[in-house]
Amino acid sequence: MVRGTSGRSKRFVAVGATAVIAAGLLSACGADGPVLNWYVNPDGVDTFKKYAEQCSTDEYDIEVQDLPNGATDQRTQLARRLAAEDSSTDLMNLDPVFVAEFANAGWLQEIEGDIADEVNTSIEGSGDYLAGAAETVTWEDKVYAIPLWANTQVLWYRKSLAEAAGLDMSGPVTWDQVIDAAADNEGTVGVQANKYEAYVVWINAMIMGAGGDIVSDTEAGKDASVDIDSDAGRTAAEIIEKLAGSDAAQPDLTVSNEGTSLGQMYPTDGAGQFMVNWTFVYKNYEGGIGQPGGPPDEAAFEDLGWARYPQSVEGEESKPPIGGIDIGIGAYTEHPDWAAEAAECITSQEAQVELALTDGLMPSTNSAYDEVAASGDYPEDLLELYRTSVDEGGPRPKSAFYAMISSAVQASWHPPTSVDPDSTPEESAQYLKDVLEGKALL
Amino acid sequence: MSATTVSGRHASGKPVVSDRAKAETRLGQRLVAPAIILMLLVTAFPMLRAIYLSTFDYALTAPEDREFLGLSNYLTALTDPLFWQTTGVTVLYMVVTVAVELVIGFIFAMVMHRVIFARGLIRTSILIPYGIITVVSGFAWQFAFSFQNGFVNGWLPFIGDDFNWFGETTPAVIAIMVSEIWKTTPFMSLLLLAGLAQVSEDMLEAAKVDGATWWQRLTKVILPNMRAAIMVAVLFRALDAYRIFDNIFVMTAGAQKTESISFLTYRQTIEQFQLGMGSALSVLLFLSVLLVAYLIVKLFRVDLAQARQEA
Repeated sequence: MVRGTSGRSKRFVAVGATAVIAAGLLSACGADGPVLNWYVNPDGVDTFKKYAEQCSTDEYDIEVQDLPNGATDQRTQLARRLAAEDSSTDLMNLDPVFVAEFANAGWLQEIEGDIADEVNTSIEGSGDYLAGAAETVTWEDKVYAIPLWANTQVLWYRKSLAEAAGLDMSGPVTWDQVIDAAADNEGTVGVQANKYEAYVVWINAMIMGAGGDIVSDTEAGKDASVDIDSDAGRTAAEIIEKLAGSDAAQPDLTVSNEGTSLGQMYPTDGAGQFMVNWTFVYKNYEGGIGQPGGPPDEAAFEDLGWARYPQSVEGEESKPPIGGIDIGIGAYTEHPDWAAEAAECITSQEAQVELALTDGLMPSTNSAYDEVAASGDYPEDLLELYRTSVDEGGPRPKSAFYAMISSAVQASWHPPTSVDPDSTPEESAQYLKDVLEGKALL
Repeated sequence: MSATTVSGRHASGKPVVSDRAKAETRLGQRLVAPAIILMLLVTAFPMLRAIYLSTFDYALTAPEDREFLGLSNYLTALTDPLFWQTTGVTVLYMVVTVAVELVIGFIFAMVMHRVIFARGLIRTSILIPYGIITVVSGFAWQFAFSFQNGFVNGWLPFIGDDFNWFGETTPAVIAIMVSEIWKTTPFMSLLLLAGLAQVSEDMLEAAKVDGATWWQRLTKVILPNMRAAIMVAVLFRALDAYRIFDNIFVMTAGAQKTESISFLTYRQTIEQFQLGMGSALSVLLFLSVLLVAYLIVKLFRVDLAQARQEA
């Protein structure tokens, strides 16, 4: 009798507890609807948050999740989630170089419909996307992401420094000219040469500018052809060697990144610099007038010039680097249709224009570029420079093993002070082959 | 009943175990069984799994292409110059940091042991670095050594203001070691303090009466009596130092040939998703840690049980 009661009361408690938990779960779903997680890199997060809210509907909410700073760390975190078939990774900001790897691993939902068609026609040169940006989202003839913003590097410089050096900046300039001009006039040359992804960006741009490739036939995966041991590779090595041994080298050359060289444009003493860097630089200096590290006044900001990425070989068109962010849809999402709808919404023209105007992250479509130009927020020649740079740029190798290729190049070419045109390209080619074949540690 | 008969007999030469003692042992075994099973699950399973995985060419990005290789991952690793170079750097980190920490740690332990005034304050301030997360300490020292906003260049004579500590191997390794030493010396001194407290005051008094100098008391009385404590301190720190990772990750990210064997393993497994090779390196790391532990125990000729005061 007593036992019976106590058993019943326990059951009551259990039922009650279940009901409470269930009610909690239900209310969580009922009130807010399912959540789509959007993993973003930390550039322009406020704008991303705004669009996450705008693109949320009655059916679902988009929530922004932060990724680490570096491209390599971003890849690591996303890849670990996707390798574990994480169903809560719905949308993600992808650095273009990782699209191939992710698509090859089956971690990205294929993009179909109008956007895919537009991307394909853009690659042929007649669509709305800039060709360089459209190229980044395809893998084995399928589309796996949507370009959001397209980044490129240009040569930023102090007009006064170029003038003092007597360098004509209206036409193309070469790396040799830039290094000499800076060295002879108390200026410096800003690059990204720490042991990280952007160092490969620099090396790749110089090799492509000299008509070569780090690797080609990349769809062969590990059997890709390694081309870094070539005249183009040696040209790139010569430029690095020249800069490293020149007075124009910045003291932190071996650990320089996109941020460290910014401060050398308006140093307390010295003539400033020539710097290759991404598009965010313009808004950065414009917003930093009168602040430490920024231009001291309007006149100093007016002294900021820009030109196309330097040529590796005189007379041969440079191949500016291409970066940016593509939006991918996780292969294991529980809501693929909603995620596709949301991806379209957050890459809309409106969003692209806003990213350009508030964050300095340039659009991936021609129509968004036109709107940015119409706003008058950027000098027209700068916008034109960006657009042609993305269109005619030189992307990094599109390979499912890109992370390996990049790390192997970094290992052989870093520090820049050790680069020797006679041995570095040859050694790095051998090492890259060994790494791809699994014969050497990375 | 049987208990009395058994415990009463001493026929065989072996120590006689009573039924009661046997029952207690059985109870003890049953009580620790859950803990042992749990330990096996959380430590033995991953270890066995790592050994299993190390026999494959297995990349997380291409799971279908998994291929059995046997021991060839180990062969690749052991014949690779990079493996030996990182092992060399790791040993250098371990030897230098542990040696410096032992000396400084011993001085700190003496201070903590002998201090008469503001005892709590002094002991606490010596221990503060140990309470700081290694990553934070790494960043703090990275800023300190930075030529842009650090103070080290300004304080050191003969070093230019724009000297880049992270630009070459030697200075970068020194910077990493400084951060490591700063952070873990308190741990060393804590272990040594425990050893110091064990040295009997009577022996010191006796030595004093016999006219032993301060140096003689240190080398003939204190240090020999602390051998077990020193060994434990050196062992713990050496094993820790051999697995150094955080400071390198924060300060140089492995650039300028500063990477340790842990960092190499991290890169294969986490960055490159090469689970096979990464596991092989983990196993090698595990074996080398075992070897280091064995060497230290042999070197100091100390019984571990004695160190734990079980003997």
